[in-house]
Amino acid sequence: MEGYFFDFHIHSCLSPCGSEDMTPANLAGMCALAGYDIVALTDHNTVGNCAAFCEASAKYGLLALPGMELTTLEEVHVVCLFPDLERAQAFGELVRLRLPPVENDPRFFGPQLLLDSRDQLLGEETALLAGATDIGVYEAAALVRRYGGVAYPAHIDRTSFSVLSNLGFWDPAMGFSLAELSPRCPPELCQRPDLAGLRFVTGCDAHYLDQIPDPHQVMELPERTPQAALRWLFF
Amino acid sequence: MTTVQDLVNRLNLTTFCLPDGGRGITGGCYCGDLLSWVMGRAPAGGIWLTIMSNVNVAAVAALTDLSCVILTEDVAPDAALLQKAQAQGVNLLGTPLSTYDCAVCLSRLLQAQA
Repeated sequence: MEGYFFDFHIHSCLSPCGSEDMTPANLAGMCALAGYDIVALTDHNTVGNCAAFCEASAKYGLLALPGMELTTLEEVHVVCLFPDLERAQAFGELVRLRLPPVENDPRFFGPQLLLDSRDQLLGEETALLAGATDIGVYEAAALVRRYGGVAYPAHIDRTSFSVLSNLGFWDPAMGFSLAELSPRCPPELCQRPDLAGLRFVTGCDAHYLDQIPDPHQVMELPERTPQAALRWLFF
Repeated sequence: MTTVQDLVNRLNLTTFCLPDGGRGITGGCYCGDLLSWVMGRAPAGGIWLTIMSNVNVAAVAALTDLSCVILTEDVAPDAALLQKAQAQGVNLLGTPLSTYDCAVCLSRLLQAQA
């Protein structure tokens, strides 16, 4: 077993609120420089830049998981991570069908840039990624599992887009095996009775390059593979 | 016609950002916190009451062309929201009242001036 530094909540310039400097190659370089071993790209309701990010990360010797930050019907953000690009893309296609048929207006929400692993512009995503899907939060965990992935609610300590702020309490019936805390989460939050026995990870939720923190979380794995990382999260 | 500045004066609202106080209220009022609902339902020229203080509040308000947003229950905008409201010319106000109480006051005010 060996310890690996990780963070599984990072946005690229494909997220309308993500900085245009968050290109796949920039991100991979920053994560490698910061000292991460395993990272994941989780743009809002899309996996469109994951292939580029995984490729760029491999050049730096960094393991990258394809992922997404799903917005549920209740506007709860859920981190979804997948073992390979193929299944991530299949899930991405499903999510596209379950987003409202509204086009993004970059003047209001910002541009949604698709790039390759050398940061060449491939195009712009036209669907409004800032919207909410019609996937319910009780449906998300099982749905992602069908694609071989792991899902868990993001930044549950925050006052917006969090399962605790939007639904009021943690219900084990949602089927999530862990929850994500934001870096500024007050430690007493984890003492809430409804969170007893729950496992936590921290996600930096970086939207700008300077929001990628020094690594501080370690996962002990028998091998550095997406499968081993997902198994660690799930059990 | 009642303007956003009238609302500020009559209801003693906090002005987080008021680039266009002279804007008339032409679309009634909408109460809601799920941005995806508000986006498709809030009437243009109207007032939106919410407890949501996320940056996307400004984008939704600009997109739906609301006359103003009132953050209720003493909610304050986060730095990103304030910046975006300023950049997009969104009238962003606040009140200690609950959403319901604020809506009742607005209803009386708008009816009296109709």
